[in-house]
Amino acid sequence: METSPSAGRSWLWLILLIPYIALLWLPFYNDTHPPLAGFPFFYWYQFLWVPLTSLLIYIVYRGIK
Amino acid sequence: MSDLNPVNPVAMSVFIAFFVLVTVIGFFAARWKRGDLTQLHEWGLGGRQFGTLISWFLVGGDFYTAYTVIAVPALVYSVGAYGFFALPYTIIVYPFVFAVMPKLWKIAQAKNHITAADYVHGEYGGKWFPAAVALTGIVATMPYIALQLVGMQVVIKGLGVGGEMPLIVAFVILALYTYASGLRAPAMIAFVKDIMIYIVVIAAVWLIPVKLGGYGHVFDLADAHFQAKGGATGILLKPTQYTAFASLALGSALAAFMYPHTMTAVLSSASAKTVRKNAIFLPAYTLLLGLIALLGYMAIAADVNVKSASDVVPMLFGTLFPAWFVGFAAAAIAISALVPAAIMSIGAANLFTRNLWRPLVSPNISPQAEAANAKLVSLVVKFGALLFIVFLPTQYAIDLQLLGGVWILQIFPAVVFSLYTRRLNTPGLFLGWLVGIVLGTGLAISQGLKPVYGLHFGHENYPLYIGLIALAANIVVSFVVSAFSPRRAAVTA
Repeated sequence: METSPSAGRSWLWLILLIPYIALLWLPFYNDTHPPLAGFPFFYWYQFLWVPLTSLLIYIVYRGIK
Repeated sequence: MSDLNPVNPVAMSVFIAFFVLVTVIGFFAARWKRGDLTQLHEWGLGGRQFGTLISWFLVGGDFYTAYTVIAVPALVYSVGAYGFFALPYTIIVYPFVFAVMPKLWKIAQAKNHITAADYVHGEYGGKWFPAAVALTGIVATMPYIALQLVGMQVVIKGLGVGGEMPLIVAFVILALYTYASGLRAPAMIAFVKDIMIYIVVIAAVWLIPVKLGGYGHVFDLADAHFQAKGGATGILLKPTQYTAFASLALGSALAAFMYPHTMTAVLSSASAKTVRKNAIFLPAYTLLLGLIALLGYMAIAADVNVKSASDVVPMLFGTLFPAWFVGFAAAAIAISALVPAAIMSIGAANLFTRNLWRPLVSPNISPQAEAANAKLVSLVVKFGALLFIVFLPTQYAIDLQLLGGVWILQIFPAVVFSLYTRRLNTPGLFLGWLVGIVLGTGLAISQGLKPVYGLHFGHENYPLYIGLIALAANIVVSFVVSAFSPRRAAVTA
């Protein structure tokens, strides 16, 4: 669905699938270790994916212009 | 109502002052970016001219609602990690928004569509299937509006005022300025609301852990609390909760921008590029939501005990903060109810007027009469929600909102797949929609109105979000039936 061809750079759209894989496969992050600043891994990993997702969308945005 | 706190005059004054401020803004908004408010796209879509900044506040103010601020920490307080599905949900929604919504915006702008059902009508013609899409949107939104009222009721109760009267006053004011100003009112109020919420949440997540001995300590206490509590709770998920957690996140993300209020906010953007840019910047609100979710653990650490979990945030603030800040926070949450409630009623009114009233009752309605009709419907929708909350148990609204999420997901193939393929047609989509609605409703009822249903594969049991199961059935039926019936012809709208 995210792979509509656009200006011959359609592979770029695949980048948008990364957050889905990173966040929907729970064995990746359902753990307390390693903790960061008091936050168990489960929590800071999810928080980390907020800016990462923005960044990935920005990369696609720049790429398809 | 015997468990009310005494009214604090300072907290109450701050609360009322901010409420008056947004009321003035709401009426003033009619003059902002002046347009002819007797036209539906002006009243109901703000003239389709909101740039990146305004859209950011508008979508943020619309998508992250008062009910979220109350319900997410309440769920985290009750069950722990499972309540955090809201975080992946509101992250993975944005790649979807980025990829899909600009495409929809372009078609909507070119053909002057103001609703999802308009788009479906534009692609497939006919009036009954677009009407079904519109009805789905309206029915799914009504309980959502009612829940915004619940959010408001909770904070007003936290200030020590019980009963329905304050709620009725607040909603009458809201109804009047929405009637007068249309989408411009919530767009302007969203600025105030969002800045207030950011201040409250940043102050809370900064100051509360200091009082409670740091985040590590907060998580340790929450962990101990859940171990004592037992069951499917804890600061980590049980492996048996994986599929439920992931499918709830995915299903909610796919459903999120099918709702009339989010659709309205997207379509009011000035350009497809505005929508794209906002997909990059909107995740800032998700950080906020994650921090709000943590309030659930802070309440555990602060030893807050409530009879109803939804009281947890007002109680936590009341316990730890000075009166003026409690009033400020309560105002922030109450105003967070007003913005989405206004946009939801506008979205529902647009659907009713454009896709039910005009095609089915009054095909020759003038543009002025169309806008007048929508304004009136926005009033009816809000008073409907108000009556619902005043006269029926809150649980009904919660149950219906859950079903609403399952239902709204069933318009996904018609709205999203139609952007990418011409293989689908009305009989296929209509039947798919029907199967999805019936199956989703049936499964939800069979589970006592819980959102997940256990699917068996071999010896394993995988609990999955019912909306997603129904959507899968919907998609299969849509494609199979479409393959065996005539292809859609080019439609002249």
